[in-house]
Amino acid sequence: MTYLRPEIRHPESKRNALGYTRQYYEGALSTLCAGCGHDSVSGAIVQACFELAIEPHRVAKLSGIGCSSKTPTYFLGNSHGFNAVHGRMPSVATGANLANRDLIYLGISGDGDTASIGMGQFVHAVRRNLNITYIVMNNGCYGLTKGQDSATADEGSKNKSGHVNPFHSIDLCGLAIELGATFVARSFSGDKAQLVPLIKAALSHQGFAFLDVLSPCVTFNNNPGSTKSYDYVREHMEVTAALDYVPEKAAISADYGEGEVCAVTLHDGSQVILRKLANDWYPSDRIAAMKYLHETRQRGEILTGILYLEATGRDLHAMLNTHRRPLNALSEEDLCPGSAALERINAESR
Amino acid sequence: MKPTDIRDPEYFHKVVDCQYACPAHTPVPEYIRLIAAGRYTEAYMLNWESNVFPGVLGRTCDRPCEPACRRGRVEEKPVAICRLKRVAADYKDDVRALMPQGPFPPNGKKIALVGAGPASLTVARDLAPLGYEIHLYDDQKKGGGMMRSQIPAFRLPESVLDEEVDYILNMGIHTHFNCYVSSMRELLAKDYDAIFVGTGAPRGSDLSKLPGRQEGAANIHIGIEWLASVAFGHTDRIGKRVIVLGGGNTAMDCCRTARRLGGEQVTVVVRSPFKDMKASPWEIEDALREGVTILNCMPPKAFIVENGRLKGVLFEHVEAVYDENGKRTLVPTGQPDTFLEADDVLIAIGQENAFPWIERDLGIEFGKWDMPVLDPITFQSTHPKVFFGGDAAFGPKNIITAVAHGHQAAISIHLFCMGLDLHRDRPAPTVNIFQQKMGVHEWLYDNFVVNDRRYAVPHVPEEIALKNRRIEVELGFDPHLAYKEAERCLNCDVQTVFTSSLCIECDACVDICPTSCITFTYNGEEDDLRLRLNAPANNRSQDLYVSDTLPTGRVMIKDENVCLHCGLCAERCPTSAWDMQKYLYQVTKACKIWEIARASVAEPV
Repeated sequence: MTYLRPEIRHPESKRNALGYTRQYYEGALSTLCAGCGHDSVSGAIVQACFELAIEPHRVAKLSGIGCSSKTPTYFLGNSHGFNAVHGRMPSVATGANLANRDLIYLGISGDGDTASIGMGQFVHAVRRNLNITYIVMNNGCYGLTKGQDSATADEGSKNKSGHVNPFHSIDLCGLAIELGATFVARSFSGDKAQLVPLIKAALSHQGFAFLDVLSPCVTFNNNPGSTKSYDYVREHMEVTAALDYVPEKAAISADYGEGEVCAVTLHDGSQVILRKLANDWYPSDRIAAMKYLHETRQRGEILTGILYLEATGRDLHAMLNTHRRPLNALSEEDLCPGSAALERINAESR
Repeated sequence: MKPTDIRDPEYFHKVVDCQYACPAHTPVPEYIRLIAAGRYTEAYMLNWESNVFPGVLGRTCDRPCEPACRRGRVEEKPVAICRLKRVAADYKDDVRALMPQGPFPPNGKKIALVGAGPASLTVARDLAPLGYEIHLYDDQKKGGGMMRSQIPAFRLPESVLDEEVDYILNMGIHTHFNCYVSSMRELLAKDYDAIFVGTGAPRGSDLSKLPGRQEGAANIHIGIEWLASVAFGHTDRIGKRVIVLGGGNTAMDCCRTARRLGGEQVTVVVRSPFKDMKASPWEIEDALREGVTILNCMPPKAFIVENGRLKGVLFEHVEAVYDENGKRTLVPTGQPDTFLEADDVLIAIGQENAFPWIERDLGIEFGKWDMPVLDPITFQSTHPKVFFGGDAAFGPKNIITAVAHGHQAAISIHLFCMGLDLHRDRPAPTVNIFQQKMGVHEWLYDNFVVNDRRYAVPHVPEEIALKNRRIEVELGFDPHLAYKEAERCLNCDVQTVFTSSLCIECDACVDICPTSCITFTYNGEEDDLRLRLNAPANNRSQDLYVSDTLPTGRVMIKDENVCLHCGLCAERCPTSAWDMQKYLYQVTKACKIWEIARASVAEPV
């Protein structure tokens, strides 16, 4: 087994605005199964951060437990990382975000970590509109414990041993839209052309950016009859809108051809250009998004692309009216204003 | 683009850049792996089959393989292929038992080889085991040709040359040394079934029109003649101040030899700029290290002779001017001429072919530059019985080219003597392809890519090297250094073989590839595709490997250019659509040397 990736890279590797090559954003060599969808998602994250020219030290990667939650080791090796208890990543992320609002938070979770053991944590992070990019690598099974059906396995989906799932599945995107998330999208690990711009837009979004990425488990859930296999997802993908991510300052020169185009400006000045492929769907119409999601699901299709986007929502810091600066940038007097200040606060509550 | 036809033996051959660039197509990565494994004897025999003089070439080869080496495209320097070859020669066991064992049953055919240089010796090696009676003619007292007369002993010890020449002569070759063939007519009149001319490019160019050339003749020497005279012990000293005219490898050998025969102030003067010098960079480096001065852009104007004695050479100054087609002209700068004092001058400005001994009414046609008219594939002249090879065929090249010519001429002579067609019945190359998979993530070859930079070959200290022209300057890699250098080889012969019917398009190979060689995209014309790949694909000399159309309608495209052959694509492939397969391409020779050697080795290679 090869444990180390050769250090040699393409001699003409492109450099981003910071002068880094893509290599600077890579992590350790993956120990996941060969062909795992998660590795492609890791690759897409590397590509997105490279293209956005994010300084790696400004990123905090947080994850829980599971195959998906191992992946932060395999990307952004020069960033901060925190591997939390199973399903408890949202709490750790909330705490970290409140302490230091200047970092870019990237939460990595799986369908088990989010839709089963971590469901109670996940829903609260959504409703608080925590400023984080929350990626679920969704393969519909518990790959780390040999492929039992997870809570996102579709009803009627057949697993590798031939067992058909009798339970209704949880649609995490529907849930996120319902609970007030301000950026909800779905994609597929095997479609980087869609996934990379979605990750870039999600990282630029201020607020809870939820990305449900169908990421086939090549070992336990890539069999005929599974609704989360490479073949099934490719055959049943439906797309809300073709998407382009345009960074701030870049001139918009792309030719968008036929179809209705709408541009959404994000908080940092970058833009998401959407060329709609679906009628009766508008990125900031929560009800239409829910309706469309239900309809495609009923037809047995998988709706991908941006499902809902509200660029003007207030994030947790805005709602709590916290200090603009992170705690580590405040002085001791600011943080411990003394007994007089305490008295004043107590007096307000009397 | 059309799907790549990997059944064409030349497709994967081209991926093995070193082997493809070698005129004899020596299977370089295969012998480098044998060296890394300490199997020097097998490494030597694999070389011997292909290039006949591994010990000589491991010291003196022009190394066309090294500029082609893929390693040189992904980091600073290529693998030291040439000097690794020498390791095989230095550390091998007795190899004689592995060579074809005579006496060979005669096949009743008799052939004459004129000139005992690398081309003729290769023909002899390839044909002797087939039962030919071979007569080798040379005017020198020993075999080896220019390898003996022009390459100084401090680069190639005589013992190494003797050993490899003797392997061939001991196959029962009838040698006629000290015997100058003065007439092709007479040779043709003898009962030879075929004649091979391997007489090289024996005439050193002169500057006969330069003023003072005649008057100073006693101290003005032709480079290759002077080197031969040193090699055979007729010359053992030279003046203290020496000027060498010329910028090729012969000039480097002249100046370095002069340093060993008493030349204290040795200056090489080149008429062109440094960057246009024909000498190999490593030869220039070694000359500079030994205290030789090199001056450029100075064509000689006159030899200055006073009282019948050479005083020096007058040079003018020029600069190189290039027109829009890149054609160079040397234009005088108007600077005053420079006079350099010299006791002796060596002229090393080139070599010419000369066939004064071949009568022009024999049916052997001569064309441009008075060179024989030859079939470039068969090396047959317009006289069906007469074949040419080495420098005598297409002008001065190098040893390895002469060997490659020899192999092809030997095949032609054999076909001719058997009454077969020289083109139609020519044997195809042999190709073997072996799977390298041992386990889920284990390979038969060492797939890890080391970061080591090229290791330098240790040298004898200059003060010792300059004392005696017979002391070999390079000490060669020891086994430890050889292993380290061998590990730099990227194993380009272990091919990435793609089976499109197995691919599930999971992107795992794309994500893992360190050099971003692999792209899945929609097909198009090559120009368009090269712009759409994951990494720049500007090296058009390297092919794109294109798959059949995949279920999504896309194709897999791999730019062969900077693939490290690390096997990670195959390791991360869940369906083994990618597989690493070792590809052994060998030019078929007249005699199956490799099969004989392999059958004699205890552990098969």
